[in-house]
Amino acid sequence: MNTDLLIFFTSGAVAIVATILVITQYNMIHALLYLIVSFLALAVVFYVLGAPFAAALEVIVYAGAIVVLIIFVIMMLNLKKDAEEQEKSWLTPSVWIGPGILCAILMAEILYVLLAGGFEGNATQAVGAREVGRSLYGPYLIAVELSGLLLMAGTIGAYHLGRQRRKVIHRFLEMTDE
Amino acid sequence: MLSILRTLWLTFLHMFHKRETILYPEEKPKLPARWRGRIVLTRDPDNGERCVACYLCAAACPVDCIALQATEDETGRRYPEFFRINFSRCIFCGYCEEACPTYAIQLIPDFEMAEYNRQNLVYEKEDLLINGQGKYPGYNYYKVAGIAIGGKDKGQAERESPPVDVRSLIP
Amino acid sequence: MTTGQHYIILGGVLAALLTIAPGLIWLERRLLALWQDRYGPNRAGPFGVLIVLADTIKLFFKEDWVPPFADRKVFIIAPAIVAITVLMSFVIVPFAPGVIVVDLNIGILFFLAMSSMGAYSIILGGWASNNKYALLGAMRGAAQMISYEVFMGLSLMGVVLLTGSFSLVDIVEAQRGMWFVVPQFAGFITFLIAGIAETHRLPFDIPEAESELIAGFHAEYSGMKFGMFFVGEYLGITLISSLVVCLFFGGWLGPAFLPPLAWFALKTFAFIMLFILLRASLPRPRYDQLMAFGWKVLLPVTLLNLLITAAIKLT
Repeated sequence: MNTDLLIFFTSGAVAIVATILVITQYNMIHALLYLIVSFLALAVVFYVLGAPFAAALEVIVYAGAIVVLIIFVIMMLNLKKDAEEQEKSWLTPSVWIGPGILCAILMAEILYVLLAGGFEGNATQAVGAREVGRSLYGPYLIAVELSGLLLMAGTIGAYHLGRQRRKVIHRFLEMTDE
Repeated sequence: MLSILRTLWLTFLHMFHKRETILYPEEKPKLPARWRGRIVLTRDPDNGERCVACYLCAAACPVDCIALQATEDETGRRYPEFFRINFSRCIFCGYCEEACPTYAIQLIPDFEMAEYNRQNLVYEKEDLLINGQGKYPGYNYYKVAGIAIGGKDKGQAERESPPVDVRSLIP
Repeated sequence: MTTGQHYIILGGVLAALLTIAPGLIWLERRLLALWQDRYGPNRAGPFGVLIVLADTIKLFFKEDWVPPFADRKVFIIAPAIVAITVLMSFVIVPFAPGVIVVDLNIGILFFLAMSSMGAYSIILGGWASNNKYALLGAMRGAAQMISYEVFMGLSLMGVVLLTGSFSLVDIVEAQRGMWFVVPQFAGFITFLIAGIAETHRLPFDIPEAESELIAGFHAEYSGMKFGMFFVGEYLGITLISSLVVCLFFGGWLGPAFLPPLAWFALKTFAFIMLFILLRASLPRPRYDQLMAFGWKVLLPVTLLNLLITAAIKLT
């Protein structure tokens, strides 16, 4: 139980530090690397709390797929040194002091709750794939259906945006081929 | 899909084919007679040097790796004083062999001439000259040429009539 | 299992894998030569086995060159990621009854997570090289690995449905009656294809593509950093082969005249041979052909397979 707590707190600390570094890094790719680290730390937190399925999904979906896509886009943008300069000029103390104070208040609250003995230790039961499936297709069915609809709309929209019209290049036959 | 499987199967069957590799140091490759390898200077059937030091090989050489100096012996027979081929430059194109009017310089099927020291790749005349006639046995330049050298005057070559005496009146 | 046994298994698996990876380099060169009517390396040691040693020494003593235009930190991290993720994936592979590092209850998901992390080595390596060919290779690699991961995960779900567990030990045990390759043939084919694409082995090696992108994402790598990519690739082959064996060919199960570990090794070896045979015979598809094949053929097939399996399972 004690090692569990230790793992929980260290991975939580790693997640927090990594997330702070995500914000403060000037180089986009480096920031995203720290984002991956933060996701991995979160996955460890999930695992320790007894949700291995959520941990695996966190790594597969967030760290594995979504950040890859973001890196993909950033690679295409071909950011150079001037982008880093711009980032530097944006991150002034006047910008980050407000959110920083708010986060500090939240942090203090969490620390108070933890120190006051509100921490339950480990979760009471492991939440495996079966439980996640049952709850998704039981009480949360409508939410799943709605998000499915949203994703479908997104897919169709992406297809529409990405569709290429073949152009017939000829003086007399210039028209678009649907 | 079926073609992919067929490709896989055919490649697999190659396991039982004969291997084409020649394991070189143990098994020497069979070189054809006209293979262009090491350059040699040959001798005629009387054991005299064929080379007459005409410089045509040096002129034909595209990489200028042939150096020689012509000289003459007391009988008027031309021969190279030195003959030097830098094999670290030579590209074995065979142009020297084609240019040679006396079949003296020849490329033979031998390629095992690697050296650790680059200077050793510069072959002098004694390295190049062989005691043989190479690819054209029986050919003797001075026996068919109309030039006078020691022991052979004009008109004494093979299939050569004596020179016409222009001062006589007999046709 | 005591802690001592556990450490022995851990060390044994690690040592075996790190010996297999260079051994596979020799094996691949010999087999490719065999299928191309050549001999391959046959000078150093018996059958040329020591070429592996020579290669390793060469890689270690090469200059470890980081190009001045590269992003130094990312450039160094990238090759480590591929080796780490593949080695981590082996944690869940059961080699024989009891011979497994950790029997996680999310086994397959852990493998999928690790293989999705493996994509970063290509992307970051290609990006950090700051070279247009490397970047092109990285973009191709990213697109290929993300798309094929989808089918890879979905093709496994049929097996998971039949077993009712993500744990590989349970999956192997469930194949006592019949290997899953029979009821899940479509799943096997799609998993194999996705696995080849995921390890970017030869028919699908478009991130590397020597003939177009010189070496793709690892064009700028040399010395042991390149060696990491190399070892990662061969470990990936071993991983996919052993997973195919575990998921579809009954893992360590087999007639009793051989020990379970031998059966596992034999089956895995057969699939490694298949990987090498694929490399020896098939040409590389174009990038758009690969993507079209994935999304237009493999995705419907896997979804249909999943649907039918679920329907049969319910009735």
